[in-house]
Amino acid sequence: MNEIIEKIKQSGLKGRGGANFPVGIKWEIFNATLANKKYVIMNAAEGEPDVFKDRYILENHLEETLKGFKLALDLFENTQGYIFLNKSLYDLLENKIRKFVNKWPVNLVKEKGGYLNGEETVLIESIEGHRLEPRIKPPYPPEKGLWQFPTLINNVETFYHVYQISQNQYHQTRFYSLTGDLNNIGVYELKEDSNILEILKQTKNLSEKPFFVQVGGGASGIFLEQENLDQPISGAGSLIVYDTNKTDKIKLLKKILSFFLKENCGQCVPCREGIYRLNELILKKSIDWLKAKELCQTLKESSFCGLGVGCGMACESLIDIIVKFNQANG
Amino acid sequence: MDNLVKIKIDGKDFELASNLSILDVSKNLNLDIPYLCDHPDLDVRANCRMCMVEIKGKLVPACSTKISEGMEIITQSERIHKTRKSNLELIMANHQQDCFHCPYFGSCQLKNLMKTYGLNASAFSSRKKNREDFSMGKSVVFKSQKCMECRACVSACEKQGINFLEIDGNGLEIKIIPSLNKNKDCVYCGQCVSHCPVGAMLPDMSDLEEIEKLLKEKKYILIAQIAPAIRASLGEEFKIPYGQLTVGHISTGLKALGFQYVFDVSTGADLTTMEEAQELIERIEHNGKLPLLTSCCPAWVKYVEFYRPEFINNLTTVRSPQMIMSNVIKSYWAKENKIKSANIKLVSIMPCTAKKYEANRPEFKKLVDYVLTTRELALLLKRHQVMPEKLKESSLDALFSSSGVIYGASGGVMESALRTAYYLITGKEPQEIAFEKMRGLEGCRQAKYKIGKYTLNVAAVSGLKNAENLLQKIKADSKLYDYVEIMACPGGCLSGGGQPVPVNDEIRKKRANVLYQLDKKSEIKYAHDNPFVKEIYKTFLKDEKNRKTVCHTQYAKKKKEGHIIKKI
Ligand code: SF4
Ligand code: SF4
Ligand code: SF4
Ligand code: SF4
Ligand code: FES
Repeated sequence: MNEIIEKIKQSGLKGRGGANFPVGIKWEIFNATLANKKYVIMNAAEGEPDVFKDRYILENHLEETLKGFKLALDLFENTQGYIFLNKSLYDLLENKIRKFVNKWPVNLVKEKGGYLNGEETVLIESIEGHRLEPRIKPPYPPEKGLWQFPTLINNVETFYHVYQISQNQYHQTRFYSLTGDLNNIGVYELKEDSNILEILKQTKNLSEKPFFVQVGGGASGIFLEQENLDQPISGAGSLIVYDTNKTDKIKLLKKILSFFLKENCGQCVPCREGIYRLNELILKKSIDWLKAKELCQTLKESSFCGLGVGCGMACESLIDIIVKFNQANG
Repeated sequence: MDNLVKIKIDGKDFELASNLSILDVSKNLNLDIPYLCDHPDLDVRANCRMCMVEIKGKLVPACSTKISEGMEIITQSERIHKTRKSNLELIMANHQQDCFHCPYFGSCQLKNLMKTYGLNASAFSSRKKNREDFSMGKSVVFKSQKCMECRACVSACEKQGINFLEIDGNGLEIKIIPSLNKNKDCVYCGQCVSHCPVGAMLPDMSDLEEIEKLLKEKKYILIAQIAPAIRASLGEEFKIPYGQLTVGHISTGLKALGFQYVFDVSTGADLTTMEEAQELIERIEHNGKLPLLTSCCPAWVKYVEFYRPEFINNLTTVRSPQMIMSNVIKSYWAKENKIKSANIKLVSIMPCTAKKYEANRPEFKKLVDYVLTTRELALLLKRHQVMPEKLKESSLDALFSSSGVIYGASGGVMESALRTAYYLITGKEPQEIAFEKMRGLEGCRQAKYKIGKYTLNVAAVSGLKNAENLLQKIKADSKLYDYVEIMACPGGCLSGGGQPVPVNDEIRKKRANVLYQLDKKSEIKYAHDNPFVKEIYKTFLKDEKNRKTVCHTQYAKKKKEGHIIKKI
């Protein structure tokens, strides 16, 4: 049994890219899959609007993160590594990273597409030079990934924590980027199961005025009202606060929809057509909320990949807030 | 042997092979899981999201989910129903409903699904009203305003090794487009057509509308000639069991529509056989170019002319059955019957989109005036409410032989030609099943036959990717084969691009079986025994010049022909 994998499993670390998959199990599957070549990829595509914790980690803990990545590279002899960075991170860190990874078998890759490029199979397609569209899963990358070889993809924060684990310094924390209508915008390292209310309190961000939040990302994150803050953050470590009275909620919904209209790959019916029709409905003077929610359901239930699902969840939760607000305020 | 797994579907227990998808299981057991983008010939794409089922509280697509031990699948519930209905509504929003002009008329999956899911009309209006249609070689038309971007056509074309159809753009802008690459061209096989679930990829149906006019005007003598493969498949359009809709019924149907004469292209096939067998023997005896490659598939001919011109001299110069038959009708039969060929409009009924292209090749000087595919004939019959199941059989107009019917199946040309070559070489009749090895759906079948003093290495290939593989082998060793039959469509013309949809291997086998049964029952087994063939070689074709013009042709290297954009 591999020592580092055992340690990761014991730590209970979950993937920090948003999918929350147990990291130890992912590494174990990757390690157990027989092949004569393997790939390890660090995903630094961080593409959700208003999420900037991976950037923070790379700016402040670059070496530790790379060392965590190296642990994965070392699992199997014939392994090629890729570090996949969004455009701004690439421009910012290229030289520093190159210097550090100097002799490692590692390629740096600059993101070509937009938001969807960070989805792990899209990332693979992108390196292979294909259309930027997700693959059917299974097979999952740890079994069949880049060029059909076992491929381990973890996000920046995950590798950072893996390094901490290897040094016995991991204390069940995670990084949260906090932004929106609050006083202390920034990235915080807090307990991974902290609930939202605690996070706001600890960072001295709990406002007196009525507000609602979006957790897990500025696009696909779900919206929660003040009475639902008694839960940890799902998805990416991100919390955005909106002042209920100040925020134009329909405008916010439109902003989210235009984001997804632009970023979806167009492969599947519910997402390509559903988002378009949802947007069409929202642009009307009198909005058919029932039909809109029906489309959100379809997106959630049947989209090919997480983008469509995320869009459905985000829009549905925001629509709920809007409808409730409208009812309360006549 | 595959592992068996125990699963539950809607509470019922099953034990099934583990390599199946949930949708495979549904098809096998006749369950009611709807699907649009899935096709057994092609890789799973899972993009229509119509086939959603529930497992452990989550909806998953049946087509891309393999069954596994202990899986509990729910196929019907309110939640599933809603999701499928909603996706159907999103698809219908952009689907131009021009049903009267669609070969799916009367057997449309979309309409059936709308009924099942209680969708009267989509709440949304089309966002594709500005998109253009395009047409390839007057054979295949893409109606972009009906397309749901499922990409089955792209996969089918890729499976042919052509890759002429491409996916362009992202998100809402995604489009299927014909390739602009000058090294890629369409060969008109129509495999994209037979794999399109919603009638957006279609045979070019301009001839059909012309024929409607002619039927009304009654100015011309309308003659139809029916290809071998039609009789194996037309019944599907009318839910008539295989083998029960005969060429006699089809003839009656055509006459009810207003055609005056109906001929069987099998007769033309017999003449192709005679000529091709002679050419084969000649090339063998006189050190001619070998292997001899068949040329009755116009998609294959175009493939050679555009992609592999170095093999042009390997193609037999013998014309295809359609072209020989048209010539016999217009220049021989018409004269015999004192009919001016200018008063004739000759319509081929073909299983094939590429036959439209063939008929329009300039060297054939419009011998065939129009070509209808099987699906167009079915549409024509349905529009005029001529229902073949209610018709009596009538005999065809003269020139009848059935030894050519096996031309409709991959391997049939080869088998016919070998039977006749055997006779010409040995002077004896071959056994009926002597060349049976040529039959089947495998991409490439090969055999070695001893006929008299010759040993012939032969192969029958269907599917253009298989054909390309074979050409590569021949390039490496030109002595590998003496004679090769190539058909562009998998299984041959019986699953041509103009044939009824759906199609899959099971249906291909059934269609082939109809043809081989006809062959078995037929009194005239061999082309050289066909009384009409004997007769015409004694008279009209005795003249060498006639024989050359009626039965032979030439090929030339082709530049890209591309596509035409049709504004709508
Ligand atoms: S859900 Fe959206 S992004 Fe994902 S495959 Fe479908 S169209 Fe593409
Ligand atoms: S007709 Fe054949 S070659 Fe042309 S696009 Fe369709 S599948 Fe491809
Ligand atoms: S033309 Fe037909 S097969 Fe091709 S993408 Fe459109 S709907 Fe699918
Ligand atoms: S195999 Fe037959 S149906 Fe297919 S393109 Fe060739 S001639 Fe046409
Ligand atoms: S048939 Fe399964 S998604 Fe289209």
